[in-house]
Amino acid sequence: MNPALLQAQGLVKRFGGLLATDHCNLEVARGEIHALIGPNGAGKTTLLAQLSGELAPDSGRILFDGKDITRLPIHKRVAAGVARSFQITKLFERLSVRENLALAVQARSGHSFDLLGAVADEAALDQGAAEIAARVGLGDVFEQVVATLSHGRQRQLELGMALACGPRLLLLDEPMAGTDPEESRQMGKLILSLRGHCTFILVEHDMDAVFRLADRVSVLVAGSVIASGTVDEIRSDPQVIAAYLGDDHDAGAAA
Amino acid sequence: MPSTPTPLTQGLPSAWSAIGVAVALAIYPLLMSVAGQDFYIGLGSRVLILALAASALNLVLGYGGMISLGHAAFLGIGGYTVALLAQGGSAPAWLAMPLAVIAAAAGAALIGAVSLRTRGVYFIMITLAFAQIFYYLAVSLRGLGGDDGLPMLARVELPGLSLGDDIGFYYFVLALAGLAFMLLYRLAASRFGRALVAIRENEQRMAAIGYPVYRLKLAAFTLSGGLAGLAGALLANLSLGVTPHLLTWHQSGILIVMVILGGSGYFWGGLTGAAIYMLLEESISTHTEHWNLWLGALLLFIVLVAPEGIMSLRRKPAKAERA
Ligand SMILES: Nc1ncnc2c1ncn2[C@@H]1O[C@H](COP(=O)(O)OP(=O)(O)OP(=O)(O)O)[C@@H](O)[C@H]1O
Ligand SMILES: [Mg+2]
Repeated sequence: MNPALLQAQGLVKRFGGLLATDHCNLEVARGEIHALIGPNGAGKTTLLAQLSGELAPDSGRILFDGKDITRLPIHKRVAAGVARSFQITKLFERLSVRENLALAVQARSGHSFDLLGAVADEAALDQGAAEIAARVGLGDVFEQVVATLSHGRQRQLELGMALACGPRLLLLDEPMAGTDPEESRQMGKLILSLRGHCTFILVEHDMDAVFRLADRVSVLVAGSVIASGTVDEIRSDPQVIAAYLGDDHDAGAAA
Repeated sequence: MPSTPTPLTQGLPSAWSAIGVAVALAIYPLLMSVAGQDFYIGLGSRVLILALAASALNLVLGYGGMISLGHAAFLGIGGYTVALLAQGGSAPAWLAMPLAVIAAAAGAALIGAVSLRTRGVYFIMITLAFAQIFYYLAVSLRGLGGDDGLPMLARVELPGLSLGDDIGFYYFVLALAGLAFMLLYRLAASRFGRALVAIRENEQRMAAIGYPVYRLKLAAFTLSGGLAGLAGALLANLSLGVTPHLLTWHQSGILIVMVILGGSGYFWGGLTGAAIYMLLEESISTHTEHWNLWLGALLLFIVLVAPEGIMSLRRKPAKAERA
C-alpha cells in the first residue's frame, strides 16, 4: 500500500498574472504532522484551498489515499476525510458553540435532505457536539454564542469545527494566529493529543511550535516546495536558510 | 435546549401559534358573514394567497438568504398554467392545481440552477432578468393572450364544494395554503431547514464542513417556486384570469416588501407582512388617490420601528407571557 496519504503533483494555480502555486509537489505520510512553512504570500493558504476543494487548480493533480480527488467537490472530499480550518476565523458567529459543532456533526451523519424530520430533539447531534467541545476545551462555554467568545476561544472552535467532520486529514491554516503564548501552548498540546488519530498539514508561522510539533516540514517559497524533510534536515538545509529561515534567525538574534 | 434564541431557533414557530392561526383563519369568513361584511371574505382570500406567496419567498429570502427579485415568474407560471387549462371552459382542481405547482417548480429549478451559481447583487439581477423574460414572453405570445392575458370563464371545479361563491373559495384557498404552511412548518424544523439557515449565516463554512451547499439551495429554491406557483394558480382563480401584470418585477418587489415588513426569517413573517400590507393598501386607497405615497410613508415608519420586521417585536414579550 502507498504510504502517502496525500500527494499533490505539479499543482499550478494562477490568479490573473500571479502564479500563486507553481508546479507544487507535496507528499504527506499517513499519521504524520506535516508542517508547511513559508514567508507571507508564499501561497500556503492557496495550496490548502486546492487540497480542500475550494479552489480548482489550473493543472496538476491531487491524490488522497491513492485516489484522484482533483475534481471532487468540497463536500465529497469532506466525506472522504479531508477537512480544513481557516486562517481567518470563519464560524457561525450568531450561533452557540453547541449549534456550530452540531451542524458539523449533522453534515457527517448525512440526511441533510431530510425535509420533514424534526431536529429540535436530536440528542445525538448535541451529544457529538459535546464530545468535540470537551476535546477542544470549550465545554464550559458550550451554550455561549460564538461572537461573545475571546479570540483564543474562537480559534479553539475553529479547530473543533474541522475535527467534528471526523477527518483523516486535517488541514490547519495557522491555528495559533493571534493567540497569546498560553493559548498557543494549549493549541499545541491539543494537536499533539490528536497525533496518531489523524494526519495533519499544519501551516504555521510560529517556528518554535513547528519544530516542536512537526514530524516533517515542507518549505513553500513563491508557490513551490523548495525543500521537504525532517525538522533537523530542514533546519540545516542551506537553501531553506537562505530563502526563509535566515531572515527569521537574524531577527531572532537581534531581538 | 438553548437559553437564548439564536438564528437557528428564531425561525421555528411554536405549535400553539400554528393552532391559533389556523383557528382564527377558519372562523374568519363565518364572522364576516354574520357581520354582513361579505366583501372582506374575498379580501381574506387575497390576503391568504399573498401570504402563501410571501411565505414561499421567505423560505429562500429569509431562511436561505437568497434575495430573489424574480418570484413573480413563479406566480405567473402557476397562474398561466391554470388559465390555459381552463380555456376549454373549466378544469378539474385536482389536475390544474398540481400541474401549476409542478410547472412553477420546474421553472424554479431551471432558473435556480443558473442563478444560484452567482451571489449577492448578481443573484438579484439574474433572478430579475429571468422574470423579465417570462414577462415579455407572456406579453408577446399570442397563445398567452398578449397584453390582455387570459380570462377564465369559471374557477377550477371541485366536486362537493362550490368555488364560485366567496366562502367556498375561501376555504379552498385555506385548505391549500394550510397544506403549504404545514409543509413549510415541517421544513423549518427539519435538518434541511437548519442547514438552510446555516448557509445564510456562513456559506463558506457550511461548504467546508461538508454540506452540498449548491444542491441544498437549489432544493429550497425549487420548493419555494412551486409554492409561489400555487399562489399564482389561486390568484388566477380568484380574479378569474391572468394578465402579464402578475409577472412584472413590481410584483416580485411587493413580495419582498411583505417579507421584510412581516419579518424575514420568521415563520409567520410572510403572513404578517402580507396581511398588514394588504390592509394598509385597502384602507388607504379608499380614502385618497395618493395612497401609494401614504402607504410608502407608513411602511417606512414600520420598518424604522421594527427593522427586522414585525414578528421580531414578538420575541421578548412572548417569553414574558409564558412566565
Ligand atoms: N483570490 C485571490 N485572488 C488573487 N490573488 C490571490 C488570491 N488569493 C491569494 N492571492 C495571492 O496569492 C498569493 C499567495 O497567497 P496566500 O494567501 O496563499 O499566501 P500565504 O502563504 O497563505 O500567506 P500568509 O502567510 O500571509 O497567510 C499572494 O500574493 C496573494 O496576494
Ligand atoms: Mg495564509
